[in-house]
Amino acid sequence: MSPTLLDTSPVFADPTDGLAILEEKSVAESYGIPLAVLLELTHRCPLQCGYCSNPIEMERAGNELSTEEWKKVLTELAEIGVLQVHFSGGEPTVRKDLAELIQHATDLGLYSNLITSAVLLTREKLAALADAGLCHIQISFQGNEPELANRIAGFKGHSKKLEAAGWARELGLPLTVNAVMHRQNLHQLPGMIDMAVALDADRIEVANVQYYGWALKNRAALMPTIAQIDDTTRIVEEASERLRGILDIDYVVPDYYADRPKKCMGGWGRQFFNITPAGKVLPCHAAETITELDFESVRSNHSIAWIWQNSDAFNRYRGTGWMPEPCQSCAFKELDFGGCRCQAFALTGSAGNTDPACSLSPRHHEIFRTAEAESATGTNRYIYRNFAGGTLEPEQQEV
Amino acid sequence: MTAVTAPAARRRLIVAEDSVPTLARGTRLRYDEARQRWVLLVPERVMAPDEIAVEILQLCDGRRSVADIIDHLAAAYAAPRDEIGTDVIAMLQDLAGSGFVVEARKATP
Ligand code: SF4
Ligand code: SF4
Repeated sequence: MSPTLLDTSPVFADPTDGLAILEEKSVAESYGIPLAVLLELTHRCPLQCGYCSNPIEMERAGNELSTEEWKKVLTELAEIGVLQVHFSGGEPTVRKDLAELIQHATDLGLYSNLITSAVLLTREKLAALADAGLCHIQISFQGNEPELANRIAGFKGHSKKLEAAGWARELGLPLTVNAVMHRQNLHQLPGMIDMAVALDADRIEVANVQYYGWALKNRAALMPTIAQIDDTTRIVEEASERLRGILDIDYVVPDYYADRPKKCMGGWGRQFFNITPAGKVLPCHAAETITELDFESVRSNHSIAWIWQNSDAFNRYRGTGWMPEPCQSCAFKELDFGGCRCQAFALTGSAGNTDPACSLSPRHHEIFRTAEAESATGTNRYIYRNFAGGTLEPEQQEV
Repeated sequence: MTAVTAPAARRRLIVAEDSVPTLARGTRLRYDEARQRWVLLVPERVMAPDEIAVEILQLCDGRRSVADIIDHLAAAYAAPRDEIGTDVIAMLQDLAGSGFVVEARKATP
């Protein structure tokens, strides 16, 4: 069985007539050809952000896929009709073969994107990636003022990021500023938007932290207040209007404070998947946190196409058949697919429950109250991400 | 880093007949064999242009002006130039608003 896209007519039409975001029509049980894949080349990273969504149990360098293995992965992805690949991590630039992998993706006609903290880049390295056909670069920023940004990252990297963003523009690479926001830096959002404009970025992605992996461990230090979220919405709306045609602003509303959950990954196993440093194929980058699921690996004797179509981890929560109430009889079930499985697992103990971010979930109010309480009284000290299982930030650094 | 002025290369593009549009870097138009259709690849998204949108995008080659594009399509479809012109400009303005189409003459080399 080869994957076929059942219906290419879009559900969400773009305001532009005749140009729509490619998404198959919402046929509950269906899935199409995956559009994009996140390749986590490594878990190694010089930064130690407490909001990282990587699992607490990180993969060591020795278990990472080799250059040849990643190339084979890319070849298979192009064959099954994947259009975009995101090179991510950890920090993807720790891999010495990054330019070679990008070149391979280019040769296969894949659109390649690099998601990086940029602190390990030099102008020469970046030029080599651009020459290899890199289509777009996303640089993460922890704040717009060095002291706070470096404290959040547990690494003095802010000025290097600014420099690298400048190189990206000199090399003609389209640039997105990734602004990961939480309670301790939301006050810098207007400054970060100004910074993105000054850096001549094409886009800024304003994403509130999602609580998986390390971020869940650090939730009390990260959870924003309701007042902050209201401010954020206002700031984003105002800036989007003012900067139309100059800076594209993507905003992901934090779903702890929303009425309905986000449509996680466009629906489980519908359009995207993720490959871990050691080659496990996951329906979402945080899926390994769901300990009740087993994941297939590209190192097995199954092809990626087989895994996408047949593996239990993908099929378990595909479509709407698996849903319990209140989702099963809900009018929104094909719009949000019951929310995020990882969040349901983390907060209720079962990935098969309604995402508690939904106000109809029986657990919603309890969790919402916890979030609110944490945002008001939670500690500001981070647990830094590292291979040692995390290090608590020293007290004197509290702000 | 608190300067808020946009660099000269990045100014809001107001699409007019004398604009010379081209696809922005990071925007790729290609035929997708697996799905048997044209796709527009942009950061974080895949767009599905319809037939006429594909034709307009293909004409955004950095040499033709918007007026040339309208002339070309009006001739190809034997349609009134006014109507085609309004549609073409509206579509390009939207694409420019999202940063997928830029002015060729001011684009960074
Ligand atoms: S979130 Fe921070 S620590 Fe995690 S991979 Fe990204 S830069 Fe590294
Ligand atoms: S009940 Fe389920 S399907 Fe309905 S809005 Fe909530 S999460 Fe979505």
